[in-house]
Amino acid sequence: MATKTDNNRAWLFVIPVVALVAFNALVPLMTVVNYSVQETFGDNLFFWHGLGWFEDILRSERAHAALGRQMLFTAIILVIEVPLGVAIALAMPRKGPWVSVCLVLMALPLLIPWNVVGAMWNILALPDIGLLGHTINAMGIDYNFTQQPIAAWFTMVLMDVWHWTSLVVLLAYAGLISIPDAYYQAAKIDGARGWAVFRHIQLPKMNRVLTIAILLRFMDSFMVYTEPFVLTGGGPGNSTTLLSIDLVKMAVGQFDLGRGGAMSLIYFLITLLVSWIFYTLMTRNESQ
Amino acid sequence: MAGWMAWTWPTAGFFVFIFLSIATMGVLEWRHPGGAPRRGVLGLNTTRGDRLFLTLLGSAFILLAWIGLVGIPTLWAGVIVALGWGTFVFAKV
Repeated sequence: MATKTDNNRAWLFVIPVVALVAFNALVPLMTVVNYSVQETFGDNLFFWHGLGWFEDILRSERAHAALGRQMLFTAIILVIEVPLGVAIALAMPRKGPWVSVCLVLMALPLLIPWNVVGAMWNILALPDIGLLGHTINAMGIDYNFTQQPIAAWFTMVLMDVWHWTSLVVLLAYAGLISIPDAYYQAAKIDGARGWAVFRHIQLPKMNRVLTIAILLRFMDSFMVYTEPFVLTGGGPGNSTTLLSIDLVKMAVGQFDLGRGGAMSLIYFLITLLVSWIFYTLMTRNESQ
Repeated sequence: MAGWMAWTWPTAGFFVFIFLSIATMGVLEWRHPGGAPRRGVLGLNTTRGDRLFLTLLGSAFILLAWIGLVGIPTLWAGVIVALGWGTFVFAKV
């Protein structure tokens, strides 16, 4: 538990951050709340609509489907990226010249801008000229992500795994190298090996960094927009239209600010709830 | 700024309510310190501020569920459920 400080001047240092957050988060959020209860036809003219947009969104098949796809996407990438990231981190060397090589290689995908990742994978997966698409088709598998929903999902998930598993790897690796040797020595004396060491030493010690990794990957994948949008544009049909893509279509494409505002707030509340759950789990581990 | 932010009286009232709730927590802590975390029925360590957050977040979901499942005309009943939730959180959680 934190103890109180007597020096209240510390608050002064917080003021710039508060001002920044007010302008880049609070004012837009308030504006979205205002939009969500009104209807507009442009020209800065707004008409009161009450909670109608919320009812509309909460009962809309389109919004349900988009939310379902978003949750499915997040679930799939978490199930793949977290175990894969841990496995790669376990396989990475702890000492020697290869450590830096591995770390740099792992960090590379994270440095590439999101829209570039989308464009790269789009070209890579094209069935006629792309290396990946052409190879899969050459193996006799009918693959065309611009026409087949399953192929589009496969490409989208593969792209995200390629781009973001590194983050889990780096966090898990940081957790692993912070385990003192004494633990491993004690395990050796007790005759523990392989799985037992992982289950009773490495995993508990990585607990906190893994919670952070899951939280970060949840947040990012739940809000992901650029990469799937550049890759598939939400298609074929609506099959990869995630909540974020649907929201932009609604708010920017159709200029439906009221409905878009209501949907944003519901989206925001879901993110807030899950973040709170993760935060509680994290601080609970801390206090134990 | 007021123009493009499209303010309405109800939404302004909503934000005033949120800010007043947070301010009340501050004043309460200043006048009656004792907001140290306690362990409630859900097994969570919560301070007064946490309980306010839980009340607001839970109420938002209760009202959304009410709008989606029951409808706007009977939303007053949803507000009563949300108030009940708030009372429960402050008393027990």
